[in-house]
Amino acid sequence: MSGSFRGSDVVSVRDLSREQIERVLTVAERMVPIARGEEKSDELSGKVLGSLFYEPSTRTRLSFEAAMTRLGGRTLGFDEPKGASVAKGETLADTIRMVDAYSDVIVLRHPQEGAARLAGHFAVNPVINAGDGAGQHPTQTLLDLFTIRKEKGGVDGNHVVIVGDLKYGRTVHSLSEALSMFGAKLTFVAPPTLQMPREQIAHIESKGLEPTISSSLEEVLADADVLYMTRIQKERFPDPAEYQKVAGAYALTRALLRDAKDDMIVMHPLPRVNEIHPEVDGTPHARYFEQAFNGVPVRMALLSLVLGGSE
Amino acid sequence: MKEFKVTPIRNGTVIDHIDVGMALKVLRIIGVRGDVSSTVSVLIHVPSKKGTWKDIVKIEDRELDPKELDKVALISPDATINIIRDYNVAEKFVVEVPERVRAIMKCSNPGCITNKNEPVEPEFVVEAKRPPALRCVYCDRTTTDIAENLV
Repeated sequence: MSGSFRGSDVVSVRDLSREQIERVLTVAERMVPIARGEEKSDELSGKVLGSLFYEPSTRTRLSFEAAMTRLGGRTLGFDEPKGASVAKGETLADTIRMVDAYSDVIVLRHPQEGAARLAGHFAVNPVINAGDGAGQHPTQTLLDLFTIRKEKGGVDGNHVVIVGDLKYGRTVHSLSEALSMFGAKLTFVAPPTLQMPREQIAHIESKGLEPTISSSLEEVLADADVLYMTRIQKERFPDPAEYQKVAGAYALTRALLRDAKDDMIVMHPLPRVNEIHPEVDGTPHARYFEQAFNGVPVRMALLSLVLGGSE
Repeated sequence: MKEFKVTPIRNGTVIDHIDVGMALKVLRIIGVRGDVSSTVSVLIHVPSKKGTWKDIVKIEDRELDPKELDKVALISPDATINIIRDYNVAEKFVVEVPERVRAIMKCSNPGCITNKNEPVEPEFVVEAKRPPALRCVYCDRTTTDIAENLV
């Protein structure tokens, strides 16, 4: 991807330079009052977003729709492939070519890794990856970075502790790559069977960083500036017994937060199950609902940039 | 008198300096099976002039195409190709590991979109040549077991 975003696909954080990420975050900052409904915009008036969700994802789908609507554009698409031509056996390539003809930008969530890259090959218009299987989820990463930058004044130098399902969790792979690009200190906390994949760690080390690997949240919590919790995803486990064994083992409670720094923030891509106790919601550390809101201005920024606005 | 373990061939390809132990994989990737119509000679664990060991494959009446050479390079980057015409070495060169390869290997990730009946050819960036590591341009997964995934 070159300096300009216009017409570009957003498939993986690896495609983006640090300058481009900062550009997205800066534009997102400008979008906040529009995302809140305090200001109006018709920047994308007349533009159509093709929203293809082959897997359910309430937050990502709705925030993209909200983003497009707030900028004056419209959305078409489906939120499950059942009933769509996909269920009749149409290839993703054909579906993409069709929707590409009906819209100006495509947002794709798909269970297969590499689906968004493939879509990018077949679409003339830009494709934004909204998660492809266990692969990349760049817009989540961008909103996570936006949240850290907003709450901590910057990303560099912060100690980010990432907890939970690091093996299957798609958000943490993209996030850890981006955080390493920005020079954050990283600690990965997970049971050994769910630790960060070897190639992800190698990628981070190639940036000159040495992430800390731990299996104990309690041990690393006191030194954290950002605590990024993730759900242990039941659907990623072939064996239900293994899920039962690890679920709940990494749950955050108010008592655990006793040793935390005063300005430490807790983030979570949501939805959560048991990994953050509701009693944490009322503490000054909780930022996950702000984080969820931040998905709207960040996706507004991306839609605006790839469609040639905000340049 | 010079001793020949295998006699010279009149026309065809001699793949020399194959990494020792890789000859059978070379045969598999260039599609030599039991139903060949010309003579194929395989030498495994042959002393080389460098004082080490190598494998050699001789295929009569066939010249390998560039795609086949790419495959050989991936599993045996020092192999040399000798094209033989009328008992003479008409061409001789060392295989070259390409920067990118397309349609010669499937992605080792079963969850990759390229394994799902889509109209695309799997494509990889060669991240390391020895031992080879190929990264799928679609799913980003790195495959190191090249011979197992060649098509």
